[in-house]
Amino acid sequence: MACIEARGLRKTYGATVALDGIDLTVGEGRILGLIGPNGAGKTTALNAILGLTPCEGELSVLGRDPWAQRDRLMEEVAFIADVAVLPRWIRVSQALDYVQGVHPRFDRDAAEAFLDRTSIQRGRRVRELSKGMVAQLHLALVMAIDARLLVLDEPTLGLDILYRKAFYDTLLSDFFDGDRTIVVSTHEVDEIQHILTDVVFLGRGRIVLAATVEELEARFVELAVRPEQLPAARALEPIHERQVFDRSFLIYEGARRDDLAKLGELRSPGLADLFVAKLAPAPGARRAA
Amino acid sequence: MSASTQAPEAPARHPVRPFYWSVRRELWENRAIYLAPLAVAGVIVLAFLYASHGLAREVRIASGLLVAPPTPLAAGKAAAAAAKMTPAARAGFALVVPYLASGFAMMATAAAVGVFYALGSLYGERRDRTVLFWKSLPVSDLTTVLSKAVVPLAILPAVAIVSAGALHLILLAWSALVLTASGLSPGLLLDHAPVGTIWVMFAYAVASLALWWAPITGWLMLVSAWAKRMTFLWAVTPPLAICLFERLAFGTDYAWRFLHQRLAGGLQDAFAPTPHGRGGELSLSLIRPLQFLADPALWGGLAFAAACLAACAWLRRRRDPI
Repeated sequence: MACIEARGLRKTYGATVALDGIDLTVGEGRILGLIGPNGAGKTTALNAILGLTPCEGELSVLGRDPWAQRDRLMEEVAFIADVAVLPRWIRVSQALDYVQGVHPRFDRDAAEAFLDRTSIQRGRRVRELSKGMVAQLHLALVMAIDARLLVLDEPTLGLDILYRKAFYDTLLSDFFDGDRTIVVSTHEVDEIQHILTDVVFLGRGRIVLAATVEELEARFVELAVRPEQLPAARALEPIHERQVFDRSFLIYEGARRDDLAKLGELRSPGLADLFVAKLAPAPGARRAA
Repeated sequence: MSASTQAPEAPARHPVRPFYWSVRRELWENRAIYLAPLAVAGVIVLAFLYASHGLAREVRIASGLLVAPPTPLAAGKAAAAAAKMTPAARAGFALVVPYLASGFAMMATAAAVGVFYALGSLYGERRDRTVLFWKSLPVSDLTTVLSKAVVPLAILPAVAIVSAGALHLILLAWSALVLTASGLSPGLLLDHAPVGTIWVMFAYAVASLALWWAPITGWLMLVSAWAKRMTFLWAVTPPLAICLFERLAFGTDYAWRFLHQRLAGGLQDAFAPTPHGRGGELSLSLIRPLQFLADPALWGGLAFAAACLAACAWLRRRRDPI
C-alpha cells in the first residue's frame, strides 16, 4: 500500500490557485524531498497530507482521509512544521509529559535518551532555549514517536549549519529504518540531497518533476566545459547553463552521454541546479552561440 | 478517550488520556487560574490581620457583653442602612462582612480570569502558531475545545470555592487566636458569623453562576476561535450593537433587558427571596436548587453554550494560524 496517494489534488484561496491538480504517490520507506520556490504550494500540499486543510480531489494517507480523520491519523504521522511552533511557555519535562499522555506510540525513554545527548535541561522552558535546542527538543519528541510517516516542513529554518547537519544525521540514524516514510520540504536543497530517495519539484501549484533519485541521475547530467568547447556544448541543447570562473556548467536532460563526454567532465547535477533548471529555465540556456 | 479499537500489528502502544492531559496543559499555560486568586487572597488576609485589633470589641458588642457607645455615623448609604440596626446587630453584621467579602472577591477574581482566559483560549494558539504543534498530536479538536471549556465552566468555579473556603478557615483561625487572647470564647464569633453556612451558600451560588454564565463562556470562546484580532471588541461590540439598533429602530429595549438578565440575574431563581434584602439572612433554607434547575432560561443558555462549543470545534479544524 502506498503511504500517500493523491489524485487531482486542488486547492484555491479565493482567486489564488495553491495546488492545481496534483497526482502523487509515495510508497512506504521512501524519503521524498518536496522542493519548490516560495508560493509553489509546498506547505499547502503538506497541510493537506496532514489533514490541516481541506482539498478537492482524492487524498489518502496511510489509508485514511486526512481531513476527516486528522486526530486518528496523527497516531501514525509525526510532523514538524518549523522550529517556532513549540509553545514558549512549556517546560521540557511538561512537553514530555504531555506527548506521553496523549500519544499512544510515544516512547518516553527514547525521548529521554535523545535529550541526554544534548545539553537541554528538563526544567527549562522553551523560551529559555536557543533555536537549535528547540529544534533538538522537537526532534526528540518526534523521533520517539513510532510513526509510519514523518512530515517535515522547513524543519531547520533559521538554524545554523551545524544544527542543520546534526538534524538530518539524527533523522537518518535514529528515525529512518527502511519502513518509515519521510516527506521533507526545505529550501536547503543541497543539504538533503544525499538522504532523499525521491524528488518532487513543485512550481505554481503543479508538479514540474517527480522522479526517484536514480531516475534523476539517469535522466540528467551536468557537463563542465572550458570556453573553447562551449559552442559545441550549447549546440546539444542544455536545459540550463551557468558559469563559474572560466568554466561553464551545462545541464542536459536525456542527452547521450557519449557525445557529451568528448566535450568535458560529466557528473550528476546538484538538486539546487536542477531545480533552477526546471523551474526557471535560464534564457541563456537556449540562446544560440 | 481515543483508545484504539483496532490493533494494527500491535507495536508498543500505551494507554492515553488526551482530555486529562489537555486540561493539565491549560493549567500549565495559564497560571493565572490559581495565581490570581492566591494574590487576592493574600491581600484579604493582610487586610484582615490589620483590622483584627477591633475584633474582640465587635464580638463583645454583638454578644451583648458590651454596650456600644453611640458613634457618629459616617455619611453614605451603608451608614444609613446600618442606622436602622441596633448597635449589636450592626456589630454582628461587621463580623460577617469579611467572610462575605472574601467569597465575593474570590468569585470576582475567578470571573475576571475566566473572561480573559476564554477570550484567549482558541485565539492565542493560532496567534503564536502553536496550534500546529497541538494539531500534530492525536487529539481531536472537540477534545481540545472541551478541555479549554472546562477551565471557566468547572475549574475556575472550583478554585473560587476552595480558595474562599481556605480563606474562611484562615480568617477563623486568626480570629480564634485573637479572641482567646482577649479572654473570649471563639465560639461567640460563630454565633454571629455562621461561616460554614456562608461557605455552603457561596459554593452553591458559584456553581449556579457557572451554569448561568455558561452561554457567555461559550460566546467568548466562539469569538476566540473565530476572530483574527481584537477578540475583546468582537465579543462586546455585536451584542451592544444589537441593543443600540433595537433602541434606535424600534424604540424598545428587549435585547438590553435580555442581556442584563443574563449578566445579573443568575441568582434570582437560585435563592428564595428574603424580606431583609441583601445579606439580611444567612440560612441554608434559602437555597432553591430545584427552582433554579427548573428555569427554562438556564437550559436555553446551556444549549446555546453547547452550540458555541460545537462551533468552536468546527472552526478550530478550519482556521489557519494567524
